[in-house]
Amino acid sequence: MSEVTVQGGQEVVGVGRIEGPILVVEGAANVRYDEVVEIKDSHGRLRRGRVLEVGEGFAVVQIFAGSTGLSIDGTSVRFLGSTLHIPVAEEMLGRIFDGLGNPIDGGPEPLTDRYADVNGQPINPTARIYPRDYIQTGISTIDGVNTLLRGQKLPLFSGAGLPHDQLAAQIVRQATLGKVAGAPPTEGEEFAIVFAAMGVKNDVADYFRRSFTESGALTRVAMFLNLADDPPVERIVTPRAALTLAEYLAYERDMHVLVVLTDMTNYGEALRQISNVRGEVPSRKGYPGYLYSDLASMYERTGRIRTSKGSITQIPILTMPNDDITHPMPDLTGYITEGQIVLGRELYFAGIYPPVAVLPSLSRLMKDGIGKNRTRDDHPRWGAQLYAAYAKTQDVRALASVIGEEELSEADQKYLKFGRAFEREFVNQSFTENRTIERTLEIGWKLLSMLPKKELTRVTLDEIAQYYKGDDAAN
Amino acid sequence: MSDQVGTITWISGPVVRARGSRNVGMLELVEVGEDRLVGEVIGLKGDQMTIQVYEETAGMQTGAPVYGTGLPLSVELGPGLIKSIYDGVQRPLPLIEEAMGSFINRGARFDPVSREKKWKYTPKVKPGDEVKGGAILGVAMETDTFEHRVMLNPDDSGTITWVAPAGDYTVAEPIAKLKMGREEKTITMLQRWPVRRARPFTNRRPANIPLITGQRILDTFFPVAKGGAAGIPGPFGSGKTVTQHSIAKWADAEIIVYIGCGERGNEMTEVLQEFPHLIDPRTGRPLMERTVLIANTSNMPVAAREASIYTGITIAEYYRDMGYHVALMADSTSRWAEALREVSGRLEEMPAEEGYPAYLAGRLAEFYERAGYVNNLNGTQGSVSIVGAVSPPGGDFSEPVTQHTKRFIRCFWALDKSLASARHFPAINWLDSYSEYIEDVAGWWREKTGKDWLTMRNRAMELLSEESRLSQIVKLVGPDALPYTERMVLETTRLIREGLLQQNATEAVDAYSSVEKQIRMLEIVLYFHERGMAIVKRGAPINLIHDLPVVDTIIRAKSSVTNEEMHKFDDIQKQIDQQMGQLDAEYRS
Ligand SMILES: Nc1ncnc2c1ncn2[C@@H]1O[C@H](COP(=O)(O)OP(=O)(O)OP(=O)(O)O)[C@@H](O)[C@H]1O
Ligand SMILES: [Mg+2]
Repeated sequence: MSEVTVQGGQEVVGVGRIEGPILVVEGAANVRYDEVVEIKDSHGRLRRGRVLEVGEGFAVVQIFAGSTGLSIDGTSVRFLGSTLHIPVAEEMLGRIFDGLGNPIDGGPEPLTDRYADVNGQPINPTARIYPRDYIQTGISTIDGVNTLLRGQKLPLFSGAGLPHDQLAAQIVRQATLGKVAGAPPTEGEEFAIVFAAMGVKNDVADYFRRSFTESGALTRVAMFLNLADDPPVERIVTPRAALTLAEYLAYERDMHVLVVLTDMTNYGEALRQISNVRGEVPSRKGYPGYLYSDLASMYERTGRIRTSKGSITQIPILTMPNDDITHPMPDLTGYITEGQIVLGRELYFAGIYPPVAVLPSLSRLMKDGIGKNRTRDDHPRWGAQLYAAYAKTQDVRALASVIGEEELSEADQKYLKFGRAFEREFVNQSFTENRTIERTLEIGWKLLSMLPKKELTRVTLDEIAQYYKGDDAAN
Repeated sequence: MSDQVGTITWISGPVVRARGSRNVGMLELVEVGEDRLVGEVIGLKGDQMTIQVYEETAGMQTGAPVYGTGLPLSVELGPGLIKSIYDGVQRPLPLIEEAMGSFINRGARFDPVSREKKWKYTPKVKPGDEVKGGAILGVAMETDTFEHRVMLNPDDSGTITWVAPAGDYTVAEPIAKLKMGREEKTITMLQRWPVRRARPFTNRRPANIPLITGQRILDTFFPVAKGGAAGIPGPFGSGKTVTQHSIAKWADAEIIVYIGCGERGNEMTEVLQEFPHLIDPRTGRPLMERTVLIANTSNMPVAAREASIYTGITIAEYYRDMGYHVALMADSTSRWAEALREVSGRLEEMPAEEGYPAYLAGRLAEFYERAGYVNNLNGTQGSVSIVGAVSPPGGDFSEPVTQHTKRFIRCFWALDKSLASARHFPAINWLDSYSEYIEDVAGWWREKTGKDWLTMRNRAMELLSEESRLSQIVKLVGPDALPYTERMVLETTRLIREGLLQQNATEAVDAYSSVEKQIRMLEIVLYFHERGMAIVKRGAPINLIHDLPVVDTIIRAKSSVTNEEMHKFDDIQKQIDQQMGQLDAEYRS
């Protein structure tokens, strides 16, 4: 993170072409790629933009606030000579900013001389610490079978109308450093929270603000808001501004930071719009070919590094257009993040909260944060067994719908019962219920005990002897 | 040594245009802008050159200079590569961290191979010897056990005029002198090779030795040969990386080159932190002592991602030339193809399918062609095996990268989303996958194990495809409608799926299965089938077979029997005999 202060630079009066949020400036010399510009309209009002392409005597500029009201002759552009930087400071916690990082809560500019480039820089893989410490969220479908670790990026894949905001708020409210099952509760280290909204409605932002207030977290939260009626192009900067602050807090102030980004689908839309205006060759569904790299440049700003005690954990939220997980936004996100929590409409309609569709959900780092000395020895196999049994339930349900429940074998009937109980007792919990890891493990074993012992091939015989509570006399 | 050859006229992401000298060569390495960022000339037209830049271009200015180097993009080859971790253009990441901290900044220049470290060197030639390109001049101990064979550059040949005595030398010190025509050339342990040019060899050998990976679904069912090429396509989260890591850990190659191409930082960190503590079952040494890592993660510059594949394969070929078996993993080739697409898009080239440039297929072919089991110029034999991960958008295998890759590989390990969601790992679909090396490696199995692997493997596959047919029926009418003989097939295939195909990469005993363990497991399952079939044919109800305690024992054998306890399989076989024998007796009358 380099320190650069923005000063004056060359100014060009009049522009060559304006197209959507894109402006072509002619007659500018020696422009820098990606530098920030200040655009003045005929009334002297300022807006900011950024250079997307430079050629001999011209520069292509993206205007964050859009081009409404700009004219060819009445517009002047000043090149500021450096890439986009925002101030970073610990006191930014408790404050609210717009999508470009300017305060909008009526308070003063953050008092600091630290400015950081919103693009950040790639973390050297040799400088990382591999994540191993789990975060107890109190939610069984996460702690039990999709464990979240400090320094992990784990998105929520959701759909319009599903309770992803509630789930994210619950995670943020309940998150504490995980402990070995049965260990006495201690005062958990608290997370700093950086929240970025891209193109969401005002009531969503409000919902989160209220939720942070109610849990007393508001002083630990920095909010960057680009709402539905704010300029779409700003959305390109919003998550980057948020992550820039998060990096400062985590890597220079040793804090554990939870970053919530919502809704990344709106971010993708803004990127697509700019790409289309520029006439770039699209890849899938009109999205630019560099969407993967672009998303990675944000999601990879997660993790832990050896020179700091802090960490960045990311929870991006995406609504999948038409609930389609193969849509480029969830698809490319899934290719970058370390798993995903998928919300399902069927469970939602069945009144299950949180409606986590367990089978397509995954935490890739889980294996490194659970088990002996971390949660409990049986945890990994217990999780695999729950998964296997629930997957089998799906096959049995399909069969039952063809031949009828009565025709099912005795074992299959047990699977049906197991499946129902799994959804009602394990997946389902209340918005305020904060389960300990041992409670989650206990519920799981209770459910597994509904199945014949012989079916439980993923757990060891010793574990069956210790935890199995069923009345399966055979074997 | 570098003169200004042009002035920047246009910048768009990693692609820069400049105007200037007509003497710059295609694919020449250049230094771009005031910060002298590394770039490569990828297009020339009149006095205008197009350059792809391997570092972040933000802040770069038109009007800034471009300097020529006269050299193509090359890697440094010599002792010291092992245990290294480089970015896509062979910059050593640990030195970058030392100098710049936790974040990768621009303009870092470090020698890829240490100039200070001394190696214990023993000459193998003497003055007066005529040597040709690739000749082994001497050996240096690169680790306590690994013999690095120092070779003459493939393009050189001549008469040795002087040889350094055995001793400790750096890669910068002379180890021999060579008379080439009139010139005398000083030879060191270090050589350069342009990454886009395959290193030469004498000829190809038939690829008929399997690369043993310890992964049952690979070795037993879809083997890849040493010197072969395999593709592993799959949607996100289906197990490409875990499989590649498993191969990197357990494959019976002498050198592993692992390229993290546009993937996650944490995955490279995992390898870096884990490999030094894992012991190679064959040499007893830490796995890191046979590994070279290339890490150009998704957030690192995209042009260097494009180069990373070539950097990796050139290093692999170099060790092959010494007479070693090398296995190269590229995770993921799709990200490499996307880097091609991104650069091509910025150049406004005519796109072919899905925005990829028309030369995509050609580039993929060139890459996979660099795999092979060969006779080297120096008379040794070595191989490079390639395993390329493919990440198809939406998991749809009909997309261009998967389709073109299929044309150039002979082994296809198709990952399946539904298997992965059911936590059947490795989620390699046994009906969609194939290997064209099966017949080629059958001889090796017979010789090595004395058993008819081919027949057994084919029998198991037959049962699995029978299962797929039967489960269609079960889905419609339930299992009860099937005759016992067919339900016996389902009993056995459950054992194959859960006992053989499923393999937990995170479980100590299960992670690696020796060849002996693999073939014994296969034998046991097929034996179970034969005995069971004979009994149900005589009218015994299938649930009696299903309820035999030995079923559970067989499924658990993968993690309860270690590679050193082969005798335990004899016990299991005895249990089958005993339990089946009882049933057999009951239903014989
Ligand atoms: N052989 C295995 N044993 C145990 N777990 C496995 C195995 N293979 C895959 N997994 C599980 O699947 C998860 C995803 O695997 P992996 O990271 O290899 O997917 P991927 O195909 O590389 O995905 P992406 O394309 O997003 O990188 C792992 O984190 C692990 O939990
Ligand atoms: Mg992967």
